[in-house]
Amino acid sequence: MCDRATFITIIIIKRGAVAGFRAVFGGREEEEGPDVESQGRTERRSDTGQGATSEKMLTNISNLLRACAHRHVSTETVVSARTYADFTTQATFEIKKCDVHKLDEAPATQVVMTRDEGLQYYRVMQLMRRMELKADQLYKQKIIRGFCHLYDGQEACAVGIEAAINPTDHLITSYRAHGYTYTRGGTVKEILAELTGRRGGIAKGKGGSMHMYCKNFYGGNGIVGAQVPLGAGVALACKYQGKNELCVCLYGDGAANQGQIFETYNMAALWKLPVIFICENNRYGMGTSVERAAASTDYYKRGEFIPGLRVDGMDVLCVREATRFAADHCRSGKGPIIMELQTYRYHGHSMSDPGISYRTREEVQEVRSKSDPISNLKDRMLSNNMASVEELKEIDVDVRKEIEDAAQFATTDPEPPLEELCNHIFSNNPEVAVRGTNPWSKLKSVS
Amino acid sequence: MKLLSWTFSGVRSFPRCTEGGQKSVNLFLLYRSTYKENQILVTVRDAINQAIDEEMTRDERVYLLGEEVAQYDGAYKVSRGLWKKYGDKRIMDTPISEMGFTGIAVGSAMAGLRPICEFMTFNFAMQAIDHIINSAAKTCYMSAGLQPVPIVFRGPNGAAMGVAAQHSQCFASWYAHCPGLKVVSPWSSEDAKGLLKAAVRDDNPVVVLENELLYGVSFEMSEESQSKDFVLPIGKAKVERQGSHITLVSFSRDVGNCMDAAAVLAKEGIDCEVINLRTIRPLDVECIQTSVMKTNHLVTVEGGWPQSGVGAEICAKIMEGPAFNYLDSPVTRVTGVDIPMPYAKILEEHTMPQIKDIIFAVKKTLNV
Repeated sequence: MCDRATFITIIIIKRGAVAGFRAVFGGREEEEGPDVESQGRTERRSDTGQGATSEKMLTNISNLLRACAHRHVSTETVVSARTYADFTTQATFEIKKCDVHKLDEAPATQVVMTRDEGLQYYRVMQLMRRMELKADQLYKQKIIRGFCHLYDGQEACAVGIEAAINPTDHLITSYRAHGYTYTRGGTVKEILAELTGRRGGIAKGKGGSMHMYCKNFYGGNGIVGAQVPLGAGVALACKYQGKNELCVCLYGDGAANQGQIFETYNMAALWKLPVIFICENNRYGMGTSVERAAASTDYYKRGEFIPGLRVDGMDVLCVREATRFAADHCRSGKGPIIMELQTYRYHGHSMSDPGISYRTREEVQEVRSKSDPISNLKDRMLSNNMASVEELKEIDVDVRKEIEDAAQFATTDPEPPLEELCNHIFSNNPEVAVRGTNPWSKLKSVS
Repeated sequence: MKLLSWTFSGVRSFPRCTEGGQKSVNLFLLYRSTYKENQILVTVRDAINQAIDEEMTRDERVYLLGEEVAQYDGAYKVSRGLWKKYGDKRIMDTPISEMGFTGIAVGSAMAGLRPICEFMTFNFAMQAIDHIINSAAKTCYMSAGLQPVPIVFRGPNGAAMGVAAQHSQCFASWYAHCPGLKVVSPWSSEDAKGLLKAAVRDDNPVVVLENELLYGVSFEMSEESQSKDFVLPIGKAKVERQGSHITLVSFSRDVGNCMDAAAVLAKEGIDCEVINLRTIRPLDVECIQTSVMKTNHLVTVEGGWPQSGVGAEICAKIMEGPAFNYLDSPVTRVTGVDIPMPYAKILEEHTMPQIKDIIFAVKKTLNV
């Protein structure tokens, strides 16, 4: 019976039995909807298109009922027949147009994403999301201490940017850096172990949340805005050394009012440094909304003589396309460019901020339901037949496992040994004596 | 370049206004009066210029940035001729944006270059001090050694002449406070050249505290110091004058004052040992201890303010070490007066330690 049956992946479902029946017995409807959940079975398509057996009908009805009981709100049904070989390998998407400042052209609004790219973006964003949520959990258990600034909600920024630059390019950001530490090459194990202050941490437990480094990634910077001149300096080194590399230099809407940023704009433009300044505007600088902090909230125009783009930072394809555009601009020797990514953070400023005293829960919920970068990517892929629900679920499971393993490591790895206390004050230096808390305490520093 | 007129060149180039100024110049030049083969007289300015030039030739990654360093030849002409030789790429004039250009210099050091970041004076570096401390000094430690910052911050430090309060502060103790930084302060031309070359070759942030009034002073430089690979070790002091009755410790311009005071005191039968710290951080405590264990008396001399100054640190370190038991009297600190620097000449003169203050302190410490 099975060999003549139709292979169908049924994707269900939410509102209404009517819609459900239509899905099972009726034609094919292509719809988008967030939080779509798979409930069906795969069956091979056959030419005869024989009607459902009663067995199949029962399965479908039970699936339907299960789906109707599901909490999430969404749109209608999607039924598509596919095998893994039947997946669309790439599709063209319409993305939001960017606002421009002092530019004659803008990034494309029609972009192509391949299935592989989509799966990769999905995986990385999901991993980042889970990693930050795990950090939240560990912080509440007091296993992580001090500062912990979480990035969930903003994943599309980090992933979109990394998708558009080379590993040999450079990047520097603020203290909200866990996501970038990952996209630039850190592992989840190293990141979580750094947060828990263990010897397996990416900075051996010496740096913590805000001071994570890896190749071509300059942190993680605790002083608001300080990373901006540093990033321009990295770009100066790129230009000086003639390697056609550029530096992506990120800061927030709060930092955007720092004086040193304007000093940096001036010098970057004057010397045509290959730097992409990116303002991650998540609407709040700690507890101060942009309207209360900035006389002009057009952050992409604040560079005045530097061209700028305002980009939808919740759409990974928008970010990728805009970053490609900006990278071309820099690499062609035109000098710096500014991108403002309009994004949102679900958590408060840091773990000590509940994040609802200066904004409403409804606002947070609304962004989560309408603009979540991971959900939106998922919908895009499913509705364009680029992946199956199971496949994405598999990725979720895999990600969850990776995070669990990393958390396990981060909580069981021992703390740094006390012998390491004074090490690494200097680089490439003979051993030096370091004064301890009292004159008899003679410690040593090895570089 | 035989120098028969070295006495005169020294006098001409040294704009001393203090009482006995002319006399003191002649005196300290006389210390070098035994003419050695292949010694030449070089101003501190030229010594620094040579150091930068040689290091830039030696390593392509070294570059100089700061205000007026290129086309103006340097605010104090220290970088004269370098822009003509190396061009815009390696001698960079910056806008008046200390915080910005210091951050840019530090960032470029993180990404593989070896900048020399010049401040017109260290008073202006206060605007950029966040980058010196938080972005440069602490980074190697915070990254557990992953991210070195090979950068030199240099410029004039301390009092000049008649430039008043906002332009006369000594920052030695401020920078010497911070782990992750090395802080050097030259006196002679050899110091200036050797320490700056060492600083450029060091893979860590080094602060070089020069002195505007020393730029024009000529010192004899040995043949050895004329070599392109002449470096002085960071962290080692130099005994400029051997003595047995009392130890004078100082750095930068005040070493000259100590030498002058020692010459006057020698005539009265008091034999001073003068130590030129050369490096403020890490402090060469062994050198001071060895000397104190010989002379049993210690006077520190500095231009900066007394509270939490370099002299205070030396006192603490001596007390904590073996030399304490050799002291016949408490350590005396000679410092600048604890006030913002006034403008009027007579007031300014009385705000900085003079030779007579050092002589007085020595005699008090020796109880003579």
